[in-house]
Amino acid sequence: MKRIFLFLTAALLVASTAFAGKTYVVSVTQIVEHPALDAMRNGVADRLKEKGIDFTYNVHIAQGNMATNTQIVSQIMGEQPDLVLAIATPGAQACAQKIKETPIVFTGVTDPVSAGLVKDIQNSGGTNITGMSDFSPMDKHVALIREIVPAAKTIGIIYNSGEPNSVPNLKALKDEAAKVGMSVEEATIANSSGVYQAAKSLVGRCDVVYIGTDNTVVSAIESAVKVCTDNKLPLVVGDVDSVARGAIAAVAVDYYKMGLQTGDMVARILQGANPGSMPVEFLNDLNLHVNLKAAQAMGVTLPESLVARATKVIE
Amino acid sequence: MTLYAFFGALEQGFAYGLMVIGVYLTFRVLDFPDLTVDGSLPLGAAVSAVAITAGYSPLVAVFMACGAGFAAGMVTGILNTKFKILHLLASILTMIALYSINLRIMGRPNMALLGQETVVDWFTRFSGLLPQHASPVLFAIICFLAVGVLIWFLHTELGLAFLATGDNMQMITSQGVNTDSVIIFGVGLSNALVATSGALVAQNQGAADVNMGVGTIIAGLASVIIGETVFGDKTIGRALIAALLGSVLYRIAIALALGLKLGSFAITPSDLNLITAILVVFALVMPKMKRKFLAGRSK
Repeated sequence: MKRIFLFLTAALLVASTAFAGKTYVVSVTQIVEHPALDAMRNGVADRLKEKGIDFTYNVHIAQGNMATNTQIVSQIMGEQPDLVLAIATPGAQACAQKIKETPIVFTGVTDPVSAGLVKDIQNSGGTNITGMSDFSPMDKHVALIREIVPAAKTIGIIYNSGEPNSVPNLKALKDEAAKVGMSVEEATIANSSGVYQAAKSLVGRCDVVYIGTDNTVVSAIESAVKVCTDNKLPLVVGDVDSVARGAIAAVAVDYYKMGLQTGDMVARILQGANPGSMPVEFLNDLNLHVNLKAAQAMGVTLPESLVARATKVIE
Repeated sequence: MTLYAFFGALEQGFAYGLMVIGVYLTFRVLDFPDLTVDGSLPLGAAVSAVAITAGYSPLVAVFMACGAGFAAGMVTGILNTKFKILHLLASILTMIALYSINLRIMGRPNMALLGQETVVDWFTRFSGLLPQHASPVLFAIICFLAVGVLIWFLHTELGLAFLATGDNMQMITSQGVNTDSVIIFGVGLSNALVATSGALVAQNQGAADVNMGVGTIIAGLASVIIGETVFGDKTIGRALIAALLGSVLYRIAIALALGLKLGSFAITPSDLNLITAILVVFALVMPKMKRKFLAGRSK
């Protein structure tokens, strides 16, 4: 009796999937829970739903622990997914080391070439991996800084030298600043409790403070806001969420939109495209957020053309 | 739990096995709570990653990592014995110093080893095993070899002094043994094992990362305590093997937690730290409960 029942259930299950078309299994690995990373994951899911693709999501989050991060790869291999979605660098690296057949799509990886994921941006090297980079469009960041503080000669930056994405960002900032004849003053920190001290150390050494997409600094951005407000030092950032938290402006990646675009890549691969022949993509559609109150507090008047252009204005 | 997840847990358990044995040596044998491990694990990874990218063979890279770990441990030992800094503080100082040193060694926070030849690749080709089976087998062989050597060592004269130092420092000093040297050597040895573990982990996961040491001591202590509770620690040999198997059990527990779903109630990834804590508390309380239970029955 039990066996017949089991057989019937199995038959029913097979029949239902056969009618509904294929249900794809997408396994997700993500290093931490973090609004930007979660937004990318939701973006991918929403785009797949829009396209009418039937899929189940197996989400694994490593809670910032590298050992768990590696262990998740084995979990994913056991799930035998149709595709692996790797959000942020550590998860993508661990998957790339072990999974050689199943397609892997990464997103939110700042520098996929130096992370060893792809041979170069245009050509992922015939492997099973491709994805999206969230590399900061540093030329646009420097242009924004110049628009807000035209007289500035020196940019002060606070970053964590232990964060993989901050080091290439710093190099790009120096390159872009040099192009327009500006110099860069650095303040490095090891954890978020150092932000206040680092911000203070920049007072008098620079004309404007810039904070990029550095998770450690951004998590304690309020301390930088306080120091900058007290010293009438303009603060420009590399992510839009920090504008609402008190910085003057940012022109940046919208991580949800990034998820949507990654979702397009995922859909193409599920429908048969070869990841090995797909170049790494960037998000070209950027958002500009400005904070008028913060600008006033830090002693700058924003040009009207800039405010008119903004996707979001905080009064 | 799928078979893949099970082998993944074995792989992680043995990859961190040497680290757990290292933690056992300081924490239980020397009675020296050593937080250096949070820095010496990534130190081993960093040294081995730099050596491999510089063209050294992955095996040489592992030995270089081992040496670097020994030096790091010695620094903690010297700070404690020669400069009379409290052991906990001495190890924290070395740990935070290692963060900067690791960044210096690699020149960046994350160094990829993807596509580079590693000891795991060697062994996979040599043994003909599937990749997901080769790494746990290789790491298990390394761990059991290390345990064998350690058991031999702990029965030598130096080894006995080492065991006695943690037990009763006054007694051993009156026997004419220089406990300072024993502590410096012991913490060095422990961190040599931890750094070797870091080198293996980096070669296995395809990258060395400056943040990969975070939480090492917690995983190490949890594994030691689980091992003691489940397998006992009657003799030093048994205790070492218990620590090693404790590391495997700890990873199996995490694999179970990662895949656990009870009807509509699913463990979410954010519960993982809570589960680790509960696991350790449980392992700590179990022996006492057992004793109480047995005592109650004999009345």
